[in-house]
Amino acid sequence: MMGSENQGFEEAHLYASKEEMENLVLDEPLNGNKSYSNYRSALSSLSDAHHPLSPPVVATPADSDPLLAPPSYRDFGNPSASDNSYLDPPAYADVIFSPFDADTVNDINGIESPSKSSDIYGSFSRSPSSSSEYIKITVSNPQKEQETSNSIVPGGNTYVTYLITTRTNIPEFGGSEFSVRRRFRDVVTLSDRLAESYRGFFVPPRPDKSVVESQVMQKQEFVEQRRVSLEKYLRRLAEHPVIRKSDELKVFLQVRGKLPLPMTTDVASRMLDGAAKLPKQLFGESAVAPHEVVQPAKGGMDLLRLFKEMRQSMANDWGGSKPAVVEEDKEFLERKEKIHELEQQLSNASQQAESLVKAQQDMGETMGELGLAFIKLTKFENEEAMFNSQRQRAADMKGVATAAVKASRFYRELNAQTVKHLDTFHEYLGLMLAVNGGFSDRSSALLTVQTLISELDSLHSRAEKLEVASSKIFGGDKSRIRKLEELKETIKATEDTKNVAIREYERIKENNRSELERLDAERHADFLNMLKGFVLNQVGYAEKIANVWGKVAEETSGYARESS
Amino acid sequence: MEQQQQRSVSGSSLSPRSPSSQLHLSVSVTDPVKLGNGVQAYISYRVITKTNLPEYQGPEKIVIRRYSDFVWLRDRLFEKYKGIFIPPLPEKSAVEKFRFSAEFIEMRRQALDIFVNRIASHHELQQSEDLRTFLQADEEMMERLRSQETGIFKKKPADLMQIFKDVQSKVSDVVLGKEKPVEESSPEYEKLKNYVFELENHLSEAQKHAYRLVKRHRELGQSLSDFGKAAKLLGACEGNGLGKAFSELGAKSESLSVKLQKEAHQLLMSFEEPLKDYVRAVQSIKATIAERANAFKQQCELAETMKLKEINLDKLMLTRSDKVGEAELEYKELKAESEEATRRFETIVRLMNEEIVRFQEQKTLDMGIAFHEFAKGQARLANSIADAWRSLLPKLEACSSS
Repeated sequence: MMGSENQGFEEAHLYASKEEMENLVLDEPLNGNKSYSNYRSALSSLSDAHHPLSPPVVATPADSDPLLAPPSYRDFGNPSASDNSYLDPPAYADVIFSPFDADTVNDINGIESPSKSSDIYGSFSRSPSSSSEYIKITVSNPQKEQETSNSIVPGGNTYVTYLITTRTNIPEFGGSEFSVRRRFRDVVTLSDRLAESYRGFFVPPRPDKSVVESQVMQKQEFVEQRRVSLEKYLRRLAEHPVIRKSDELKVFLQVRGKLPLPMTTDVASRMLDGAAKLPKQLFGESAVAPHEVVQPAKGGMDLLRLFKEMRQSMANDWGGSKPAVVEEDKEFLERKEKIHELEQQLSNASQQAESLVKAQQDMGETMGELGLAFIKLTKFENEEAMFNSQRQRAADMKGVATAAVKASRFYRELNAQTVKHLDTFHEYLGLMLAVNGGFSDRSSALLTVQTLISELDSLHSRAEKLEVASSKIFGGDKSRIRKLEELKETIKATEDTKNVAIREYERIKENNRSELERLDAERHADFLNMLKGFVLNQVGYAEKIANVWGKVAEETSGYARESS
Repeated sequence: MEQQQQRSVSGSSLSPRSPSSQLHLSVSVTDPVKLGNGVQAYISYRVITKTNLPEYQGPEKIVIRRYSDFVWLRDRLFEKYKGIFIPPLPEKSAVEKFRFSAEFIEMRRQALDIFVNRIASHHELQQSEDLRTFLQADEEMMERLRSQETGIFKKKPADLMQIFKDVQSKVSDVVLGKEKPVEESSPEYEKLKNYVFELENHLSEAQKHAYRLVKRHRELGQSLSDFGKAAKLLGACEGNGLGKAFSELGAKSESLSVKLQKEAHQLLMSFEEPLKDYVRAVQSIKATIAERANAFKQQCELAETMKLKEINLDKLMLTRSDKVGEAELEYKELKAESEEATRRFETIVRLMNEEIVRFQEQKTLDMGIAFHEFAKGQARLANSIADAWRSLLPKLEACSSS
């Protein structure tokens, strides 16, 4: 790991997130985020939607077969029983249909959240390479805390901290269970440090700062939404085979008290810093220090470098100077194109998955409402019966009503499972952001190299010109010779920097490659798992529903024979 | 005439054992054809009658009829057979757009077929002359009759509407123009009326949900189709084992979409329509209830008037007036009318009692069939869904091992 990031890096992050940084460098803006948050809201609206059959959330033991749960709807004789007592369904999304969901970790520890679906896939279980390792992170217990120092305003700055609990058997952690309190700002810091240390890797993007949302939403809602997204983020980090063992993450999860990672400084001091150095940069000849080249050019101090690299990228586009290091890899470009295509199809598929889930949901609801209407009718006919034909009809109707209610429950359960499975689409859409991040790390590193090469070229040609000019003067030109000396030093330094940059670029390329392999393998396994799970679910519940209706068809078969 | 216990099955109604010596009457409404242009366009149906009844020009007669002809028949029967629950007609279409959709036309044809068959199998109604006219008259005569009726009975529809309102709000007396409501007060009959009104509410709700369920089937079908397409595209993008898996999934999803659309149609015709028909039948009973109320009022009115006339007559007789003769005559007429009104009312009561029994039995049968079809359809759908997805499993296994 590059140790350089800790030294004197009062790097200014002009841009809030990785995505915006990429805007400066090369890549097109990403809109994976949009579909993700839409699905999130669709998910939570699914669980919040008042289903006619469900009383407020009731916990059910995970393995209980819904058919065996004592449903009080079976006794109709009691006229005083209200409609609600007829049914006792499991809480939405709480039932795990275990026989058909072999890979899922059972996790109902009373953690109730709107998007409970994320909990179940706490650790993405495919057959992992390091199979017995696990790490499980939970974010909970948001609390308001007071900013202690510097508050001019009495009762001034409050912020929220979250309890982050980790359970793991990974030896590097030196412990099996621990908790810390962190605030969102710490998460930003973690994310920034990881971005610096793991260039080229597909580092999962952190949740947005959501400044607008924090003002507009209800405080509680916002905090809950943030808690959920933080948990998702940390779990994703923990899934990454390399990042899960990073110092940054370890320190974040384990070290109590203040987070011992260098913070990205705030705008004000960064501005001052930058301003001080600016004249020297613009008018002076200071080369970019080798260690600084390991990071992409950001704002502030790197203004000059920024300008140079921008100029270079434009030169590249206009086919001006031919860079010595070509973006060779047609293969890479092809893969990039494929990834982009994949992203589009994923986005499409996840949208259709949303619609499918909604349609299943609606089917279940309407079936339930139909059942209830028939239950009322049955009760009515029984109470008002003057003829046996009425009682007969009421009995027939009761069979249908009961079946409809059961089928409705099955649809809802099926849907809860479907949501979890199809969530894989959304997970990978989110990961696409990380992929694009890794690619743009590569691009910016390449750009740095190209810029340095151009610069070397121009320095060399200047040196040449000076030599020619001074050789024309007999005995030498003292000032020119001195200038030449200085220039040669600059060239040497720039040469060193270029070599560092090239090594960095190669390193990032390798990271890209190994990550792409990992992504392909994991995606392959995850999606196959998803498909299997989805299909098994459909089969299982369809069989149950067929069973229920088959019985009623059997019971009413007398009518069929008469009519033919 | 044989009393035939018939069910409302589409097509002909046949006695289970049908030797040629047995009297029978069977009707079918078929072949909807769009005629005319633009705003004047309408659907015509072929009505085929097969019978060996002597009153009919047997053995087979085919006529062309349109919806308003059926309305004519219904109105005539309603006038003549007070007390009997006249089988209901499907509604006039409210929405212009759907008037000629295939689905609407089929639903209407089915309902009209059931309508005529119910009349043909009702032991009283099947003897109606109007039925004979409807089944046999040529098209010109039918048209004449139809337009005549709209003249004479022009106020009929309005009346019916008013009657419905009256019965609902218990404000009486369109016919006699009285203000104070005069009603039967037997607790049994009250119970029956309450039953009928509440039944309509319950049934309407159930029918509403049934209709929505049809929509849900269609929507699920659509989303499976869209999802299938998206999966296929993703499959093309992924390539190799995973790509194949997605493609197979997509194809299956699309095929299930077709099954869902089919089932939606079945659900509409075999479950939702019978429920709607049930609602209409209850509304027809409400119309009969209104008729009974009218008859009751008439009877009361005439009885009142007769009493007054009797008192007057006695007075005249006492004073040996020369108007006695006239008064006696009037009194006799009034007495006859009053007795007639009473008889009419009592007929309605008697018929209604019979009809209620028949109605309940019929509905148990009708709904039994509808429930059976519903359950059968849902089981069939669920089974084919299970089969389709199940067939995918070995393919998925193959993909993951590759």
